[in-house]
Amino acid sequence: MTDDDLIWRVSGGSGDGIDSTSQNFAKALMRSGLNIFTHRHYPSRIRGGHTYVEIRASNDDVRSRGDGYNFLLALGDSFARNPKENAYYGNEELKPLSENLDDLNEGGVIVYDTGLLDEDDVAELDLEERAEENDWHLYPMDLREIAKEHGREVMRNTAGVAATAALLDMDLQHIKEIMTEAMSGDILDANVTILEDTYEDVKENTEMTHDLRAPTGEYESEQALLSGSNAIAYGAIDAGCRFIAGYPMTPWTDVFTIMSQNLPEMGGISEQVEDEIAAAALAVGASHNGAKAMSGSSGGGFALMSEPLGLAEQTETPLVLVEAMRAGPSTGMPTKPEQADLEHVLYTSQGDSQRVVFAPGNIREAYEQTRKAFEIAWDYQIPAILVYDQKLGGENTNVDVEFFNREPAPDLGSTLTEEELLEAAHDDSGKFKRFQHDPEENFEGVPEGVSPRSLPGQQAGRFLASGNEHNPMGHISEDPDNRVAQMDRRKRKKEAIRAELDEDSQQTYFGPEEAEYGILTWGSSQGAVKEAVDRLNENGHSVKALSVSDMMPYPVAEVTEWLESVDEAMVVEMNATAQFRGLTQKELGRFGDKLTSLLKYNGNPFEPAEVVEGFEANVNGGDTSDLQAQVRIEPAAGD
Amino acid sequence: MSAFNAVDDEREIDRDEFTPGLEPQPTWCPGCGDFGVLKALKQALPEVGKTPEEVLTVTGIGCSGKLNSYLDTYGFHTIHGRSLPVARAAKLANPGVEVIAAGGDGDGYGIGGNHTMHTARENHDMTYIVFNNEIFGLTKGQTSPTSPKGHKSKTQPHGNTKTPIRPLSLALTSGATYVARTAAVNPNQAKEIIKEAIEHDGFAHIDFLTQCPTWNKDARQYVPYIDVQESDDYDFDTSSRREAQEMMTKTEEALYEGEVLTGRYYVDDESVSYQQQKQDIGEMPTEPLAERYFDDDYEWERSYDLLDRHK
Repeated sequence: MTDDDLIWRVSGGSGDGIDSTSQNFAKALMRSGLNIFTHRHYPSRIRGGHTYVEIRASNDDVRSRGDGYNFLLALGDSFARNPKENAYYGNEELKPLSENLDDLNEGGVIVYDTGLLDEDDVAELDLEERAEENDWHLYPMDLREIAKEHGREVMRNTAGVAATAALLDMDLQHIKEIMTEAMSGDILDANVTILEDTYEDVKENTEMTHDLRAPTGEYESEQALLSGSNAIAYGAIDAGCRFIAGYPMTPWTDVFTIMSQNLPEMGGISEQVEDEIAAAALAVGASHNGAKAMSGSSGGGFALMSEPLGLAEQTETPLVLVEAMRAGPSTGMPTKPEQADLEHVLYTSQGDSQRVVFAPGNIREAYEQTRKAFEIAWDYQIPAILVYDQKLGGENTNVDVEFFNREPAPDLGSTLTEEELLEAAHDDSGKFKRFQHDPEENFEGVPEGVSPRSLPGQQAGRFLASGNEHNPMGHISEDPDNRVAQMDRRKRKKEAIRAELDEDSQQTYFGPEEAEYGILTWGSSQGAVKEAVDRLNENGHSVKALSVSDMMPYPVAEVTEWLESVDEAMVVEMNATAQFRGLTQKELGRFGDKLTSLLKYNGNPFEPAEVVEGFEANVNGGDTSDLQAQVRIEPAAGD
Repeated sequence: MSAFNAVDDEREIDRDEFTPGLEPQPTWCPGCGDFGVLKALKQALPEVGKTPEEVLTVTGIGCSGKLNSYLDTYGFHTIHGRSLPVARAAKLANPGVEVIAAGGDGDGYGIGGNHTMHTARENHDMTYIVFNNEIFGLTKGQTSPTSPKGHKSKTQPHGNTKTPIRPLSLALTSGATYVARTAAVNPNQAKEIIKEAIEHDGFAHIDFLTQCPTWNKDARQYVPYIDVQESDDYDFDTSSRREAQEMMTKTEEALYEGEVLTGRYYVDDESVSYQQQKQDIGEMPTEPLAERYFDDDYEWERSYDLLDRHK
């Protein structure tokens, strides 16, 4: 992080419009030419409960939250429960201020709404004293009163944004533009008045004691601000997916919602159904009948998809599922990120796993790998799963608009036309040999192990798809020779997929190639690791990182080569049992003595400084007694 | 030009076309009621002008699940209880295909009960045949959701204390727009009911009594049966939910007293299928989605054109 970064945190209660206020402000910062990264923290509650959004704006290409933050706009929780003495939830109204003090950096700025935050309560926080200790700059303002004067109380968010802009010396132009795009009529007028009046008032009447100012920047090309969930949905749309079925569950609901809002205009179909068993089964049914289809859920809902997932594996029905991880087990912490469903996604459903699993590490990868998942699923007739988490799904970053300017890929892969079906092999009674033992011998250009398919309604294509083991026409068969031939063919597909993926790696590398130490990570922890690697090298360490996306089939050759090139490697992941390290050791069959783990599972994603700190503790012999962060170090085997 | 030329194929169809060369002889026990469903389907399909390749038969697990091994159409032998969600998506993706779902009473009224309820309420344009033999057959004779109270089995050695599911009432309450009961021992009625169900615009639920001669020996063979439309003893209006409900209650109770009532119970001629309703509100394309993937001229929408909202 450069010292010039602005990390602005807006806090309030659930239902206070914190998310939309932050979205608009993030967009305004982006339009002013800055790179953006957002982080969202919220409770599993509709009204009330402490929530915040952090926006990091920088001239650098920031792809992670920063360390702490430097500007707090504390709006107060308007839906807070009345605190009863000894209530375990404490004084909720005050939390937007009180809960955010520990993370505020030295020299930080605090604007808080005295209209909503009770003066006596604030006094109990010893705010002035702490401000002095930490060189914080306090700007109490009655935002509620300003909002009331010109419009309605709820517009206090606008007053807060105006105060922020004034204190950071920002121009109002982009903020006003965005308001004009989002609102109209009296509401717009009132908000603009509040914005301008508050801005002028703060500029003229507030004595500013802080040094922090908004950075300024310039882009070379047009940018779009979007989330990981957007990127997944857009990847699906560009892959020709026009059918989605789902059941709401946080945080997967975002992808489901974006798809449902876009598909009807594109002649696509979205189905909200009775449960996740049905959701995945519908996707299987739609795919079997010719649509590019997807479904998805989060941990608990994905558990219900085990059955249809296995059916897709056994019937070789193309399918894409997404799994948005949140902290488990069971209901766990529904709105908090964790990377603890890896083993669940890899192995759920009976029998040998026959699937592809990708874990994108950032928003661009989320888009790319969603497209790739569809391509592989339809070429190889295999379910492909994207496993991501609440962090990646909910974070926003700016992406070059031209990144999305590419050809759509609606191809159905290894699906035959009626003309091709007439030429293909049938049994004596006219049944199409849908599941041939050696399709490579009969079809040109199909990937290894793939027996091309037909679709119901096509002439000369009828066959039976069955979850039972089956013969080439699809009929149930328990013949040992057939069983081995079919299992071996399906296994060949996976080997062919690995070979294809190796041609154009989806893994991401950071740091100097000749580095001594390695950090291995996966999925959304990539951003924090990337920034940590930069800092560690600046601090004189010799470190590089590998962020792995291919979870199954595992990129054995690539990771082996990389691990051989380092003396030791620390595996960074958000779970308590080092699942990815376990997978790596299982797949590679060695390196157990080379791999240590840095784990975090408190419901908050890694900050770069925590990775730096963890790494330094590790190279210093793993002494964790001085660790500030709520992380855990797991030594290497034999240590 | 269609990529699915089996759909609406107008040629003459012989019922033998529905007998697969691969497994012409089902493996069901001699005397099994499932033969009756197979036979009725083989007769009904040609009579409503359906060819093997424009029909998709989606089944669950159990003896009934093997229906599409012995009926030569496109088949999808799914998993226990999940035939309906697979089937209804088939109809959404490629509406020209004639979709028939089938399963047993355990499949449809037990493990898949939730799907039965929701598929019925959505009123998908499809036929659902429940092979109701009041027993789990393939797993060797356990008590099922339609087994009578007091029924003894290896898993309920002291007798079943549960009230059996009321299949017809369940379908009606859930929203099915065609509800009938027929029996394997009544092949002509079965054929006619299947034809009506296929031609009905909406979810047609057939509770099909299929005797299990192996595991439900003490149960009725569903003879003699009474066709409620033919009998002078019953007079009710199948378009009235209230009268249908009353007749269903009577029928469900009579079965456990040894009287087998069959026929049409509820027929909503005004039914508008789910697909039609979705199309009417712009949530489903009027051209089959599956066709689009074969249309080389189609201009596929791109996310690049959605980015304005993010700028």
